[in-house]
Amino acid sequence: MNARTASEPTTMKNRTTSERKSARELVVTRTINGPARIVFEAWTKPELFKQWWVPKSLGLTLLSCDMDVRPGGKYKLVFKHGASEPMAFYGRYTEVTPPSRLVWTNEEGGEDGSVTTVTFEEQGGKTLVVLTELYPSKEALDAAIASGSTSGDMSETFEQLEELVGTLK
Amino acid sequence: MVQYTHARLDASFAALSDATRRGVLEQLGRVDASITELAERFDMTLTGMKKHVGILEEAGLVTTEKVGRVRTCRLGPRRLEDETAWIERYRRLWDARFDELEKVVEQLKRKEKGNERKDRK
Repeated sequence: MNARTASEPTTMKNRTTSERKSARELVVTRTINGPARIVFEAWTKPELFKQWWVPKSLGLTLLSCDMDVRPGGKYKLVFKHGASEPMAFYGRYTEVTPPSRLVWTNEEGGEDGSVTTVTFEEQGGKTLVVLTELYPSKEALDAAIASGSTSGDMSETFEQLEELVGTLK
Repeated sequence: MVQYTHARLDASFAALSDATRRGVLEQLGRVDASITELAERFDMTLTGMKKHVGILEEAGLVTTEKVGRVRTCRLGPRRLEDETAWIERYRRLWDARFDELEKVVEQLKRKEKGNERKDRK
């Protein structure tokens, strides 16, 4: 047993939701047990971000993670899966408002790339995270769905993830 | 689940193996169209286009509805199903990611508490 007597129970798992909110928008929500200040920190400090953005279960290796988190600052993430060629995801932060809002572009997909907005809303020591991916057109989002990819993410690993999650349930 | 997915994909791939049919889907992704309009657009006979639309319809990629003398084609239920499945996969990716984020946040919270205790001493 460790000495963490003061922390809240963590047995109740928080729910993640996702929906296509409009022709051009995907929205994901989740409540995180912790103040917005800390969630924002985990999202904007590379050494922390690296610990959670690529869940170990995906079998992906994060080769590099450069993040210049300020308006206009660039980021670049490079992943590798098995023997495949490394994949790079990159773009720019356009809004950085601690601890409530973060906006970045996803430029690896060219002009059809989405813009990701994350808002952090604290309530009673917990933080509601709302992540919106806005595509330039309905066609761009349709194409992303049809090709099985999503901006800034690991398109080729969705299938694996699905299988993995299936075996865990 | 995996088997089911494969059977669906097989039907879809067969339907999508033809460039004209892929073009028709792309076109219907923009706007619904009649068979006549599609035939004109792809410079094809009505009979030829009817065949292509028939294959897409069998694969569930397109639905058609006849109103008067015009048969209108639109993207079919299969597409919607795939979108739902895709959004669920997307949710699971984020769910796994947020679970990891929660662990990091928990560590940071504990660290802060530890520091507060030290400060008080």
